[in-house]
Amino acid sequence: MNWILALPELVLALSGLAILGIGVLPKRNTHFACAMAAVGAFLLAAALAIGAPEGSAFGGQIVSDAFTRFAKVLILIGAAAGVVLSLDYNAREGLDRFEYPVLLVFATLGMLVMVSANDLMSLYIGLELLSLSLYVVAAFNRDDERSAEAGLKYFVLGALASGLLLYGSSLTYGFTGTTNFDRIADALSDPSKASSGLVVGMVFVIVGLAFKVSAVPFHMWTPDVYEGAPTPVTAFFAAAPKVAAIGLFARVLGGPFGDLAGQWQQVIVLISLLSMVLGAFAAIGQSNIKRLMAYSSIGHVGYALVGLAAASEAGMRGLLVYMAIYLLMNLGAFAVLVAMRRQGRAVERVEDLAGLARTDLSMAVWMAIFMFSMAGIPPLAGFFGKMFVFKAAIDAGLWTLAIVGVLSSVVSAFYYLRIVKVMFFDEPAGALDPRPASVSFVMAASGVFTTLFFLYPAPLVAAAQAAVAALLG
Amino acid sequence: MFVGAVFFPLLGASIAGFFGRWIGDRAAQLATVICMVLAAACGLTAFWQVALGHSSQTIEILTFVDVGGLEVSWALRYDTLSAVMVGMVTLISTLIHIYSVGYMSHDPSRPRFFAYLSLFTFMMLMLVTADNLVQLFFGWEGVGLASYLLIGFWYEKESACAAAMKAFIVNRVGDLFFMLGLALTFWTFGSVEFSTIFGSIDQHMDATFAGFRAYEVIGVLLFLGACGKSAQLGLHTWLPDAMEGPTPVSALIHAATMVTAGVFLVARMSPVFEYAPTALAVVTVVGASTALFAATIGCVQNDIKRIIAYSTCSQLGYMFFAAGVGAYQGAIFHLFTHAFFKALLFLGAGSVIHAMSDEQDIRKMGGIWKKIPVTYAVMWIGSLALAGVPYFAGYYSKDFVLEAAFAAHSGVGTYAFWCGIAAAFLTAFYSWRLIILTFHGTPRADHHTMEHVHESPAVMLVPLLVLAAGAVLTGAVFAPDFIGHHWEEFWRGAIVNAPHNEIMHHVHEVPEWVPLLPTVVGLSGIALAYILYMLAPSIPGKLASTFGGVYRFLLNKWYFDELYDAIFVRPTRALARVLWQTGDATIIDGVPNGAAALAADVARGAVRLQTGRVASYAFTMIAGLAVFVTMLAFGAAR
Repeated sequence: MNWILALPELVLALSGLAILGIGVLPKRNTHFACAMAAVGAFLLAAALAIGAPEGSAFGGQIVSDAFTRFAKVLILIGAAAGVVLSLDYNAREGLDRFEYPVLLVFATLGMLVMVSANDLMSLYIGLELLSLSLYVVAAFNRDDERSAEAGLKYFVLGALASGLLLYGSSLTYGFTGTTNFDRIADALSDPSKASSGLVVGMVFVIVGLAFKVSAVPFHMWTPDVYEGAPTPVTAFFAAAPKVAAIGLFARVLGGPFGDLAGQWQQVIVLISLLSMVLGAFAAIGQSNIKRLMAYSSIGHVGYALVGLAAASEAGMRGLLVYMAIYLLMNLGAFAVLVAMRRQGRAVERVEDLAGLARTDLSMAVWMAIFMFSMAGIPPLAGFFGKMFVFKAAIDAGLWTLAIVGVLSSVVSAFYYLRIVKVMFFDEPAGALDPRPASVSFVMAASGVFTTLFFLYPAPLVAAAQAAVAALLG
Repeated sequence: MFVGAVFFPLLGASIAGFFGRWIGDRAAQLATVICMVLAAACGLTAFWQVALGHSSQTIEILTFVDVGGLEVSWALRYDTLSAVMVGMVTLISTLIHIYSVGYMSHDPSRPRFFAYLSLFTFMMLMLVTADNLVQLFFGWEGVGLASYLLIGFWYEKESACAAAMKAFIVNRVGDLFFMLGLALTFWTFGSVEFSTIFGSIDQHMDATFAGFRAYEVIGVLLFLGACGKSAQLGLHTWLPDAMEGPTPVSALIHAATMVTAGVFLVARMSPVFEYAPTALAVVTVVGASTALFAATIGCVQNDIKRIIAYSTCSQLGYMFFAAGVGAYQGAIFHLFTHAFFKALLFLGAGSVIHAMSDEQDIRKMGGIWKKIPVTYAVMWIGSLALAGVPYFAGYYSKDFVLEAAFAAHSGVGTYAFWCGIAAAFLTAFYSWRLIILTFHGTPRADHHTMEHVHESPAVMLVPLLVLAAGAVLTGAVFAPDFIGHHWEEFWRGAIVNAPHNEIMHHVHEVPEWVPLLPTVVGLSGIALAYILYMLAPSIPGKLASTFGGVYRFLLNKWYFDELYDAIFVRPTRALARVLWQTGDATIIDGVPNGAAALAADVARGAVRLQTGRVASYAFTMIAGLAVFVTMLAFGAAR
């Protein structure tokens, strides 16, 4: 039993327990200290994940390879940034309780387990650990009606999705006699053995995962939860779990179900099309910027799934690169959202950004960069993400997908550019409160990456390439 | 020196155009005039060396285009034909620059004027010294541009802008044919270099294009191009309107130089035209018709500049039918002498306008000859030369042209001869109508204007006198070289007469009455004008009312403008309106606007799906699941 392979997970689990202990004992508020400890734990885990050897452990329950390394590092970056963004906001909103970082640590642990899972059982355990933590943080502002509603909605629908996933897993087990990914892949190596029951099981698994990535038509919870949850929670939702769930998607469909590509490709194409179109159109009428970002994230998942739908090495690589870029630019955009407070109160309407260029030019410029990048305008990072997946789709002959993708990114450019227009050309709605250094740091780091990615894209692309190679064997 | 003749004007234009604002009006004027004087010195020397000293040469400057089989270079081709043009253009342009110093002295944007004028001169010189058709086309378009800029020089006048646009657009019609001709030339000969084309005339004799002989098609196309630039019947409508420009411009561009480019082109391409008899017949008929047609209109116009403009149009017709019957030398000779006396007439008219406080209507002039004697005298000289009165310049060239038409002994030649004779009568008539109405009789201008009538300053009079000398002498001095017994050694192959074309010899063998006839009709035209306007001034009015229809037909220029308006302008505008309102406003604007409206509708619909109720969310998920399972179940069944 090679437990060294699970070292990042073990570190996070122990840190979570330790932070819980530290947080409970003292009388005074330990939120900040716990948060810092969580960030430290994330960084340590990231360092360990980078250095982790390759192989499988715990009877084939988990695996460690280039793919898990890539996904884990992204997840940990996202999680750390999520904690940093919450520091000031939680303090001001009276949410500065030590449970918050603890929950995020456990959620992150769940994500790490998800991406390193090599068995449907460990997958489910990771997913459930993540979900349970997220249900709680969604409702973290428990005195706020909307936050409580968001948590409850997420819980009910999440339970349904979990049920579907479990049912799919049991069907798979019933038809292949195993839950281990490698074994399933062996069983399916002869596609003629793929009974329709197995295919139905796979669809149930896909649906369970599609719920997590909020792909249409399993997205309905997203706008309500994004709007209702406290802004740093939304930022966290939109970043790390998305990467984890997409990574899991790639792992499950590329690994055990790889030989059924002809079947799941149809489903993914449809999900991707619907997500891109809905993400483009539904955001147009939104005045709440968190709701707008919810639809935006639905659209981005649609674009990322284009890469998965291509079911090729280039497509998978595009998917991973897209998610990395999405994670980082999304963190920057949410940093701006977190910084939106006026006279001590959080504001979240698009009009509240009016004339930002005249009151806080640097923030307006960063936000404009994120919006242009999300709209896919060269030479910003978002353009390259889209380019990789669309090119893979074209190479795979999925013209419809590529054309719809380009057209819907034209439509979505409307609401991204509307934000830019509001910031730069509308009459100022009054200055926002000064933003804390922690938020500015995330904003600037993300902005620099988004702006300068085109100069040196090689490391990211190479890492994604290695991850895909490990994934597809 | 050869290069200097061409590029000094460009230097002057650059100085005045780019730096006029900093160096001031006087310095800009001075720079262009000095450059022009240097160019004229070079140009006249070139004329002396090449035309009179018999030493043709070509100066390569740069490679312009080198793509595949098409190689075009910037080169200056100096043979007799271009030397004649260079000498004439630089000399007259210089005189007009000097004249303009006086004429434009009250204008606020003089550097611009002089820059344009010099730019025009440069382009004209590029045109005449071109070594290939592409370079010629460059100059051709360049003079068109300069002409546009100068007609619209007073751009605050709406009529000037309209005239400039009209000139440009009508010229573009001709240019289209020129371009087609150019392309066909390249297609036939595989080259646009004159030396290559002329050297391989024999080899492509039987080449055909669209069922016609290629030479004929090239000839007709190039002639149609020339029609635009030289204001021949059909494409002449821009020339009278071009008189909206300042008078020196009319003198330089719309009398002496640019409008003769078409004639030059036909002469330059004479080796091709010689083997395109049908094209030549077209040239003859159009030229002869223009000569007569423009002269009829000239008889009833009242604007002093428009009369001279129609006269120019008419004289260009003479040049074309001379070329059409094969006497290119006669065409160029008439071009040469015409440049002097027509520039003289225009500048004289300018001097009159200057004296009359910018009045141009000859019905409001009269009785001023004693006050501006020098102008009066040069106008007489110019008119005498124009009417072809013996021993003035026009006499030699016009007589030769008419004799050549007669000597052609062909149907079209005879048609051209009689048109020319009739036009000569009308030319003399309207010239003296102009002189008498302008200078004689009782003053019809108001008292205030009459008090201010004054002779022009010396800077304007000196060019007039030089041109007057030219109008008197150029005919007698150069006739032996251009068309007389020395013509073969003078031209030395710059113009090609095919072996079957012996018109240059036949000209000297016409019956005795032929050379006399133009002089007789010219003198009778003068006499008629004298009787009608000097002795019995009431008759013209009666005639006009008796033959009202004819009078109005002529006064309205044969209704060409109205015809074109109905045939081309209005349908084009109607089409443009349809394309604008239906094509642009409805379809082009409508598609994006419609798409945007559609997007907004879709967005509203998409938002409506989001009810906020958990049950409906869960239902959507299950429905999606059901759809996917069904899809794959059917997929698996297949």
